[in-house]
Amino acid sequence: MTRLARLIIFLLAGGVVAVAFVLATLDLPHFGSDHHPYRDLSVPAAVQHHTANVVSAVNFDQRAIDTFGEESILIASVVGAVALLRPSREETERRVPDLGRALESTRLIGYVLLPITLVLGIDVVAHGGTTPGGGFQGGVVLATGLHLLYVVGSYPALGRLRPLVPFEIADSAGAAGFAVIGLIGLGSTGAFLGNFLPFGQLGQILSTGTVQVLSGVVGVEVVGGMVVLLSSFFEQEIAVRPEDG
Amino acid sequence: MAVYAYLVAGYLILVGCYGIIRSRHLVHAVVCLSVAQAGTYVLLMAVGYQAGGASAPVFGSTTEPNKHVVDPVVQAMALTDIVVSATVTALLLALAIQINKRQGTVDPDELAALKG
Repeated sequence: MTRLARLIIFLLAGGVVAVAFVLATLDLPHFGSDHHPYRDLSVPAAVQHHTANVVSAVNFDQRAIDTFGEESILIASVVGAVALLRPSREETERRVPDLGRALESTRLIGYVLLPITLVLGIDVVAHGGTTPGGGFQGGVVLATGLHLLYVVGSYPALGRLRPLVPFEIADSAGAAGFAVIGLIGLGSTGAFLGNFLPFGQLGQILSTGTVQVLSGVVGVEVVGGMVVLLSSFFEQEIAVRPEDG
Repeated sequence: MAVYAYLVAGYLILVGCYGIIRSRHLVHAVVCLSVAQAGTYVLLMAVGYQAGGASAPVFGSTTEPNKHVVDPVVQAMALTDIVVSATVTALLLALAIQINKRQGTVDPDELAALKG
């Protein structure tokens, strides 16, 4: 198909979609209106389970089975990307020389920020049920925080301080933990991922029942998945060379 | 302008699709897909917004639980959306690297396997 033909087809189809979209939005409740039937149902349900962060309550309690599907997508795409990025038969992994060319000021900021970022990430995961945040957000903060080591130091330094096997195990253990908690919920409440723990007091860290626990296992999984994913891109870019190259 | 935010979302989705159609580089196509997905975040946030000082759906000692908050359900969906988008982007970029290795090009028009 030529580029022109493709453009014409897109303009026709896109025009139809645009017209249909505009017509549909005209019938939506007005932007900023107070008509939110889902909110009116989910806020009382979250408060009933003593979960201060209603977004986490939706993710890990009311619609936890959707999150189970979502984290399955996460682990499936990590596995897929790692399979695609593994060195092929014609390529070799070379040892990367330790160049260490970062500026002194960059290194200083990196070493100061590394512990701060890690503590922040743990905080965001641990308070997923009570303050804004949760396993997904905190997991990403933790995983990217670890890569400050790459910015301030060098690739070999990152490799030494970040053995991959524990992160691979963390990725799958997090996914499995979610399923196990779901099955315990099935056994004790009769519903898969049912909230079986005591709800505690609203706003306290040990409240929300299983929301906090599920947020934690998702955090572990996201850290594992992100680190494994980023490491395979790094390997591909830095360490893998074609045989003849 | 009661529908303005919705129209921004529709515009982002369509302009992202247009970018994919006109793309001459697979990484560019992946970025365009992310732009199109950003339109879905804008749409979800716009659906959940409530005017008149509605706060975030997070309560605590200073904020008593009340219903004058933005819709938490669409926020949770946007979070799901972002996570899936990030992992799918990673998978597509890995595919682009692999295609570059096998075919020696990342121009969608030059990829023999895609020719109809």
